[in-house]
Amino acid sequence: MTYVLSTGIEPPAVPALRRLDPRLRIVSAVAFAVTAVALQSLSLLTVMLLVAVMLMIAAKLPVGQTIKRVIAMDSFIIVMIAFLPFTMEGTPIFTLFGFPASYEGLIRAIEIALTANAVVMAMLALAGSMEEVTFGQALHRLKVPAKLVHLLLFTIRYIEVLRQEYRRLRQAMKCRGFRPGTNGHTYRSFGYLVGMMLIRAMERSERIMDAMKCRGFTGTLPMTQRFELRGFDVVFALGFSVFMTAMLMKEYLL
Amino acid sequence: MHIVDGALATPVLIAGAAATAGGLAIGLRQLTTERIPTAGVLSAGFFVASLIHVPIGISSVHLIMNGIAGLILGWAAFPALFVGLLLQAVTFGFGGITVLGVNAVNIALPAVLAGIACRSFIRKGGRNNVLIWGGICGALAIALTTIMVSVSLALSGEEFNEAAYLVFVSHIPVMVIEGALTAAAAWLIMQVKPELFGLSQMKDV
Repeated sequence: MTYVLSTGIEPPAVPALRRLDPRLRIVSAVAFAVTAVALQSLSLLTVMLLVAVMLMIAAKLPVGQTIKRVIAMDSFIIVMIAFLPFTMEGTPIFTLFGFPASYEGLIRAIEIALTANAVVMAMLALAGSMEEVTFGQALHRLKVPAKLVHLLLFTIRYIEVLRQEYRRLRQAMKCRGFRPGTNGHTYRSFGYLVGMMLIRAMERSERIMDAMKCRGFTGTLPMTQRFELRGFDVVFALGFSVFMTAMLMKEYLL
Repeated sequence: MHIVDGALATPVLIAGAAATAGGLAIGLRQLTTERIPTAGVLSAGFFVASLIHVPIGISSVHLIMNGIAGLILGWAAFPALFVGLLLQAVTFGFGGITVLGVNAVNIALPAVLAGIACRSFIRKGGRNNVLIWGGICGALAIALTTIMVSVSLALSGEEFNEAAYLVFVSHIPVMVIEGALTAAAAWLIMQVKPELFGLSQMKDV
């Protein structure tokens, strides 16, 4: 799915992590997320974050660029986490502009930040680096309904097409001297822009459906790729399970 | 408005996942094979629309446009918006995995409810009528989404009460903007291609 990110060119040699069975990669990403959310100890979460960074390096993803993108998450979440020390009651450790910050709140904020980043990085490394059609086929093999997989594949296929359409429309607006500002004209123009994009999307989808009918589309998803678990997959699965079981045992039993 | 992993309590996560599973089941049942390409391309359209930044004062907000998705797709907006959120999570790292259910129901359920509530009024046509109900639909969808995000946070712990309140208040301008944009978009669609709202076009022109 690299083109959605438009990060550029795939590296020539495929790293071992990307040669894993796609089903295994999706299941591993979900298992990693569930484990990270179940953990509370900051030291264990730090280990999870380090493992996630290692996975990213193993997948040959640009770590710096990804971290920047992760930081650019919705600003309101960052604000919320930043406010936690002040909104959670507990032992005050310092005061800022007369507001006491609690130790418990600070710990909770760090815990959320560690968990969120570990999950996102592991997910980008394991599932995000996958080819889009492979992702869809693997989901289908994991018993995701065919209709939902079709919907996903159509969406992936047309995001870039519609983004170019959006750019064309924006350029046309620019040529006519449109400059966005905080006023009714801007909002009306953007509304028309979205409406026009959806109309063109709809008309495009009609042509697509006609073309697909010609080729006998019935809604079934032909399996064009064979997935099989090989030696390396089994080793990875075992190692990953042992690691996560150990983390959970450390949190809840020891 | 994506909540990240690690913030919400487990019961909230489970409730969100269950609600999303239910919504997907209803939405997929209404999505016939014939309509899959339409829903897929429109879903890509909403994905692109969510990347548009609209200026507001010195800052800017990115669009969600879930109201118009509900207007056009009805229950099928649920799987369409879910797919968009899944892709945002997997490719951009917006949101997370375990919170996907909560995020999906927070965005998609308001879309379906606002869309179905306002659709029959918009179909009646008339400039003012379409503008008013389009605006209501866009603003209502965002308002409901914000309330649901606030409730998900508030249910997860008292420490989020202030954040929940802040989310709602800070999104009031977004409601106004989304309402205005949805009104304009609905009016344009009504004039150019009313089939998008389930109305048949006049064939003999």
